[in-house]
Amino acid sequence: MSEKQTPVLRESATFDRLAIQEIQRAAETGIYDIRGGGTKRKVPHFDDLLLLGASMSRYPLEGYREKCGTDVILGNRFAKKPIHLKIPVTIAGMSFGALSANAKEALGRGATIAGTSTTTGDGGMTPEERGQSQHLVYQYLPSRYGMNPDDLRKADAIEIVLGQGAKPGGGGMLLGMKITERVAGMRTLPIGVDQRSACRHPDWTGPDDLAIKIAEIREITDWEKPIYVKIGASRPYYDVKLAVKAGADVIVLDGMQGGTAATQEVFIEHVGIPILCAIPQAVQALQEMDMHRKVQLIVSGGIRTGADVAKAMAMGADAVAIGTAALIALGDNHPSLDDELKKIGSAAGFYDDWQNGKDPAGITTQDPELAKRLDPIEGGRRLANYLRVLVLEAQTMARACGKSHLLNLDPEDLVALTMESAAMARVPLAGTNWVPGQGF
Amino acid sequence: MKTFDLSSASVREFNQALHDQAKQLEEREWRVSNSGGKHNLAVGVNQPLDIVIDGHAGYYCAGMNQQANITVHGNVGVGVAENMMSGSVRVKGSASQAAGATAHGGLLVIEGDAGARCGISMKGVDIVVGGNIGHMSCFMGRAGRLVVCGDAGDALGDSLYETVIYVKGSVKSLGADCIEKEMRAEHIEELRVLLDKAGFDVDPASFKRYGSARQLYNFKVDNASAY
Ligand SMILES: Cc1cc2nc3c(=O)[nH]c(=O)nc-3n(C[C@H](O)[C@H](O)[C@H](O)COP(=O)(O)O)c2cc1C
Repeated sequence: MSEKQTPVLRESATFDRLAIQEIQRAAETGIYDIRGGGTKRKVPHFDDLLLLGASMSRYPLEGYREKCGTDVILGNRFAKKPIHLKIPVTIAGMSFGALSANAKEALGRGATIAGTSTTTGDGGMTPEERGQSQHLVYQYLPSRYGMNPDDLRKADAIEIVLGQGAKPGGGGMLLGMKITERVAGMRTLPIGVDQRSACRHPDWTGPDDLAIKIAEIREITDWEKPIYVKIGASRPYYDVKLAVKAGADVIVLDGMQGGTAATQEVFIEHVGIPILCAIPQAVQALQEMDMHRKVQLIVSGGIRTGADVAKAMAMGADAVAIGTAALIALGDNHPSLDDELKKIGSAAGFYDDWQNGKDPAGITTQDPELAKRLDPIEGGRRLANYLRVLVLEAQTMARACGKSHLLNLDPEDLVALTMESAAMARVPLAGTNWVPGQGF
Repeated sequence: MKTFDLSSASVREFNQALHDQAKQLEEREWRVSNSGGKHNLAVGVNQPLDIVIDGHAGYYCAGMNQQANITVHGNVGVGVAENMMSGSVRVKGSASQAAGATAHGGLLVIEGDAGARCGISMKGVDIVVGGNIGHMSCFMGRAGRLVVCGDAGDALGDSLYETVIYVKGSVKSLGADCIEKEMRAEHIEELRVLLDKAGFDVDPASFKRYGSARQLYNFKVDNASAY
C-alpha cells in the first residue's frame, strides 16, 4: 500500500472551533457578543425525565372519552379578580420593541383563541396587544418603560419582574436599530440609542420594601388584580420564600434556558440554573410555607412540547410560560426563510440575532417593511394551533397516568434517566428507588 | 372639605375614597390627620383634588399621581411621587431615597433635603429640592428637570439621558457621562420660571447646569471602561 493515509485533524476539546471563533471575534471587535434566544449548550432538562404510564398498579383514563381538565386559576390569594385560564400554558413577557407590533398582536390573538394569557414586556403596553388579549399581564420592570397608572388599571394582572432566566442579575437591552420613533417614545429615550435598562428596581431594595411596593400596586388598583413576581432561577428556594412573604399571588420562575431578545452570550450560557432543578426548590419553599397551590407557580425556560408541560406540572408547577416556542409557532426560523437567513449569516434553525432587528420573519424587528410580513391573524391562528397541540399532548400523558386534571399529575408519576436529572428533579433514577442527594 | 383621621380609618378606605372621586367627583378638598408615617398614602389618585396630609408619610406617598395637588406637612419615606404623571406634590419636610423615581410629569417640590437616588430614572417630571440631595441622584434620568438649591452627593446624573440638572451648591462627583454644561440665557430663564412655580426665591443665575455628554448612547469599544 503506497497510498498516503488522509491525516486525521484533531480538534481540541478545550479550544474547539466555537471557542476559537469567539476569541477571534472578541479580538476583532473589542465587545462581547450579544444575541437573542436562550442557552444553546445542553443542560439537564425535561427530556431527562419519563412519565410512568399506568398499567396494573395504577388505572389509566380512557384517551378520547374521559375528561382531563386543563383549566387553572391564578392569583386567588389576595386579588378580587383572579385570572381563570382554560389552559395552563401562558405566553411569557416579550416586549414591544423586541417584537414588532404585529407579533404582539398575533400573540394576543393566538392566546385568546386558546384561552390563555399573554404578557407585555420591557416597553409598556400597546393598544394592539391590549385589544387582542382577553387576559393581559402587565409587566412592572426595573426600567419602568411606558409604566403608567392608566395601563395598570387596564391590565388583568401585574407581573413584577425581578429577573429573567436568561440573565438573572442583568438588566434589559435593546440595541439602537430597534429604538425607532414609536419605541423611543414609549420608553422616553432618544431615537437610536443602545438602550441599557437597569437591573434593580429604582425605588425599592430587598424583600421588606417589595412588600410595601406590592401593597402600593394593590392600593392603586383597588386590590383587584393578581400580582405575580417573576424570578430568574438562581436561588429559587430563598427567592420564592421571600416573594411569598412579600405578598405575591403568583410566582413566575424562569430557568436558564429561557429566551431573551438581546443579552450577552456569556450571560445566557453561564448564569442561572436549569428550570429542571429550580422547580423542586420552588415547590419545597411553597410547601414549607403551606402555600403550594395557594400561591401559584408558573415555570418557563425551554418548554417545547406537551411532554415538557406535563413533566413541569408533575413536578409541582401550576402552569408554564412559553417565549421562544411561541415565536417559532408564529414563523420564526421557518425553513422558507433559509435563503434570506443565509444572506445575513445564519440559517433556518439557527437564527438568534434577534437583537439586530433584521428578522426576515417580521417578528423580532421594528423595520416596518419586515414587520408587514407577519400577518397577525394568520400568526395568531398558528399559535393557537400550537397551544392546542401542547395541551392535547399533555392531556394524553396525564390520562395515561390516570389523571383527570393536569394539576393532578405529581412527582410520583416521574422517573429520571440520568443521575444528574434524578438529583436535580428529586425523582428516582428509572428502575431504582434512589433519589441522589436525598440521603442514603 | 372632607377629613380623614388615619388613627381610625384605614389606608385602604382613604385611597378608595380618593379613587371613587374619579368615577364621580363629590369633594375636591381633602385633609388627612394622624398620618403616622403610613405607607402608600394617596396613591393612584386620578382627579384634580387638593389633598393635605398633616404629618409624616411612609413609602410611595402620592405614587403614580395624576392631576391631584398633594401637600405633606412632614417628612416622606422612599419613593414619594414615584411614577407621577401629572399634578403636583409638595413635601414641607425632607424626603428619603428615590424621590420622584421614574415620574413622567407634574411637579415635585421638596422643601427640605432629599436622600439618595432622587429623580432616579425620571421621565419628564420637574423636581425642585430646597436643600441637598444624596448620591446617585438622577441615575439614568431620561427627561424632565431636577433643580437642587443645596448640594448634590456622589455620582450625580450617572448614565444620564436627556434630563437637565441644575445645582446651586457643590457637586461631590459626577457620574458616568454626566458633564457640566454652559448656563445660557434661556436656561436662566427656564430655571427662573421653575423656581417661581416651586415658590423658591433664589437667583437662577447662581446655578450650574449639568447634562448628558451623550458618549454612552451607543456601544463603542473606546468607552468600555465607562460601562
Ligand atoms: C424576544 C424575547 C423578548 C423577551 N422580553 C422579555 C421582557 O421584556 N421581560 C421579561 O421579563 N422577559 C422577557 N423575555 C423572557 C420571557 O419572558 C421568558 O422568560 C422566556 O422566553 C421563557 O423561556 P423560553 O423562551 O425558553 O420559552 C423575552 C424573551 C424573548 C424570547
